[in-house]
Amino acid sequence: MREQETLVRAVTTLFLGAGAVIILLPLVYMLGTALKSKAQVRQSLLNPVPMTHVHVQVEGKREPLYQVDLDGRTVEMALVKNAPGGKGLFVDPAAPDQVFELPRKSQIPVRVLDIQFGNFHEALTIVPFDRYLANTLIVTFVGMAGMLFSSSLVAYGFSRFRAPGLNLLFLVLLSTIMLPRQVRLIPLYVIFQKIGWIDTLLPLIVPLFFANAFDVFLLRQFFMTISLEQDEAAQIDGANSLQRLIYVILPQSKAAVVTVAIFHFLYAWNDFYEPLIFLHSRHNWTMAVGLQQFHGLYAVNTHLIMAASAVMVLPPILLFFFSQRIFMQGVVISGSKG
Amino acid sequence: MQGPPRGTGDARLIDRLLGLSNWSLQRRESAAAYMYISPWIIGFFLFTLVPMAASLYFSFTDYNIIDSPVWVGLKNYVELLDDSSFWQSLKVTLSFAMLALPGTLVFGLFLAILLNQDIPFVKLWRTLYFLPSVLTGVAVVLLWVVIFNPQVGVINNLLKLFGVKGPGWLHDPDWALLSLVIMSLWGVGQTMIIYLAGLQSVPTDMYDAAKVDGANMLRRFRNITLPMMSPVIFYNLIIGLIATFQYFTQAYIASGSVGDEIGGPVRSTLFYNIYLYQSGFKFFEMGYASALAWVLFVVILVLTVLVFKSSPLWVHYEGELRGRS
Repeated sequence: MREQETLVRAVTTLFLGAGAVIILLPLVYMLGTALKSKAQVRQSLLNPVPMTHVHVQVEGKREPLYQVDLDGRTVEMALVKNAPGGKGLFVDPAAPDQVFELPRKSQIPVRVLDIQFGNFHEALTIVPFDRYLANTLIVTFVGMAGMLFSSSLVAYGFSRFRAPGLNLLFLVLLSTIMLPRQVRLIPLYVIFQKIGWIDTLLPLIVPLFFANAFDVFLLRQFFMTISLEQDEAAQIDGANSLQRLIYVILPQSKAAVVTVAIFHFLYAWNDFYEPLIFLHSRHNWTMAVGLQQFHGLYAVNTHLIMAASAVMVLPPILLFFFSQRIFMQGVVISGSKG
Repeated sequence: MQGPPRGTGDARLIDRLLGLSNWSLQRRESAAAYMYISPWIIGFFLFTLVPMAASLYFSFTDYNIIDSPVWVGLKNYVELLDDSSFWQSLKVTLSFAMLALPGTLVFGLFLAILLNQDIPFVKLWRTLYFLPSVLTGVAVVLLWVVIFNPQVGVINNLLKLFGVKGPGWLHDPDWALLSLVIMSLWGVGQTMIIYLAGLQSVPTDMYDAAKVDGANMLRRFRNITLPMMSPVIFYNLIIGLIATFQYFTQAYIASGSVGDEIGGPVRSTLFYNIYLYQSGFKFFEMGYASALAWVLFVVILVLTVLVFKSSPLWVHYEGELRGRS
C-alpha cells in the first residue's frame, strides 16, 4: 500500500512537471523571440535562446567560425569556401595559409549568446506606446478609484442595513452580472455619440463611478463575514454610519479591497473590446488597441511584436507574483460563494 | 441575515443630510441604505435599464445612427432567420462551447485533484498552472499567433522533428477553431483553482473511511469526489457558458492576424460576438445589431435556465447527502 502511494506521488510529480513545461513554453518563446534580431528569429525556429554564429576576419573577409574535428582534436576554424561533395575549405584564422578540406556537415558552428535588448526600445518607439501607456494608466487607475469608491459604498449599503426592497434590488444587481454587455453597448454608443464622448476616455471611466455589480457582490460577501460587535461598539461611541464604514469595515476588508482592485487592474489593462469600440484616433488608444494595430503594421517583425507583447504582459505577471496569496483567495471567494 | 445596526450616530448623520429628524429609526435606516446604494441605482438606470430599453426599441427599427430610427416591426428578427452569417456564428459559438467547455471542466478537475495531493513543490505547481489565467488579452493572442504559425511557429517545427507535417492552424478553416480551443485550454488555471478550493473543503475523514472500507482510487473519485464537487462543476459550467458567449478578443485578433477576414478564414471563427460587432460598429446597422444582442441574451438565458433545471439530476449539495445517509 505504501509503495503504491509513493509510486502514485512520483508519477503525479513527473506529470505535473511535464505539464508545467508546456505551460511555460509559450512564455519562454515570447521572451526569447523578443530578445532576438529578425535574422536570429529566422535562423533558429526551435531554440528560444538568442544565439549568433560567430564570424572572424580572415584576410579581410568575414568568415563563419566552426568547431572542427582535426585528427581527434577539436579546434576552431573558419570556413572560407565551399567545396564540391559537401566539403568545405577550413583555415585556422591565426594561420590562414594552411587550408584543410573537411566535410561541412559534421562541423559544429560556434555560437554565442547575443541578446538584442534594443528591441524593446525600438518596438516602443516606432509607434507612440508612451501615449498608449499613459491612456491605459488613466483608464485603469482613475476607473479603479471610481470603482473602489462607489462599489464599497454600495456593498456597505447591501450588507449592513435593512430596508424594504433591498433584497430584491440585490437580486437585480446579481442578475446584471449575467447580462451580456452587447445588449447595453449599442445604445450606449449612440448616447455617448450624442454627448460627444466617442473617441474620448470617458466611456471607459465614467460608468465605473456608478459601481460594478461583480465587485459589489464580492465586497458585500466579505463585509458580511465581519462581525457586528465592533460596529455596535463604534455606534455606541457615537460614530455615524459613514465613519463605521471608514474606520471599522474597510480596515478589516483590506484583502477583499485589494482583490477587487487587482481584478479590476487585470480587466482594464487587458480589455480590448470597449477601447476598440469607443476610441478611434491613434492618440487616444490604449495599449491593447495600440498593440493590435502595431501587429497589423509590423507583422513581419515578429521580434518587435513579441517585445511589445512582453512589455504588456509584464505588469500582470509581476502583480501576480507579488500578490499571489490574495489573488488565489480572491478567485476562490468569487468562485465558491457564487 | 445579520441584524441591522441602529443608533444615535447614524441618525444624526442622516438627519443632517436629509433633514428627517421626525422620521422613525426604521425609516432612517432605509434612507441610509438607499443613500449608500444610490451610486449603483443611478448607474443601473443610466447604463443598464435605459440602454436595455433603447436596445429593445432599436431592434424593431432600421437605424444607422445618422438618421433617426425607422420602425420596421419584426423585420430584423425575420431577416436573422434567413441570414447565413447569423446561423454560422451560432454554430461556431456552440461548437466552441462544446469543445472548450468540457475540455476545461474535465482537465481543470483532473489538475486540481493532482494538485491537491501531498507531493513535492505543490505550491510551485499551483502557481505555475494558475499563471496563464492572469495573462489574457491582445499580447497573449499575438504570442499564440506566432506559436501557431505553420512555417516558422514552434508547434509545427516540433512536429517536424517527429516527421509529422503540422496543419495550417489558424490559417486553415478546418483547424482555426480547434487552435482557439487549445489556446483556451492553456488558461485552464482559473477553473482549476476554483476546483482546488472546493476539494480542500471536502472533509478528509470521508476519504479515510472509504479507504478503511477498501474503496480504491477510482471508487473514491466516483463516490466522494465527484458528488462533492458537483456544485463547483455546476458553477464553473455556468461561468464558462456565459464567458463563451462573450468570446471576442481572441477570435478577433487571431483571425485578423492571418488574413483580412475578421472571423475567418472562411467564417470558421465567426463567433457570435464578432458578427454582432461587425453589424453594429463596422456597418452601423444598429437596429440589426440590437436584434442580434437580444437574441444572444435570450440564448444565454435559455441555456442557463436549462443548466439550472438539469442541476437536481446531477448536482449534489452537502445537505442532501447528509439527509440520505
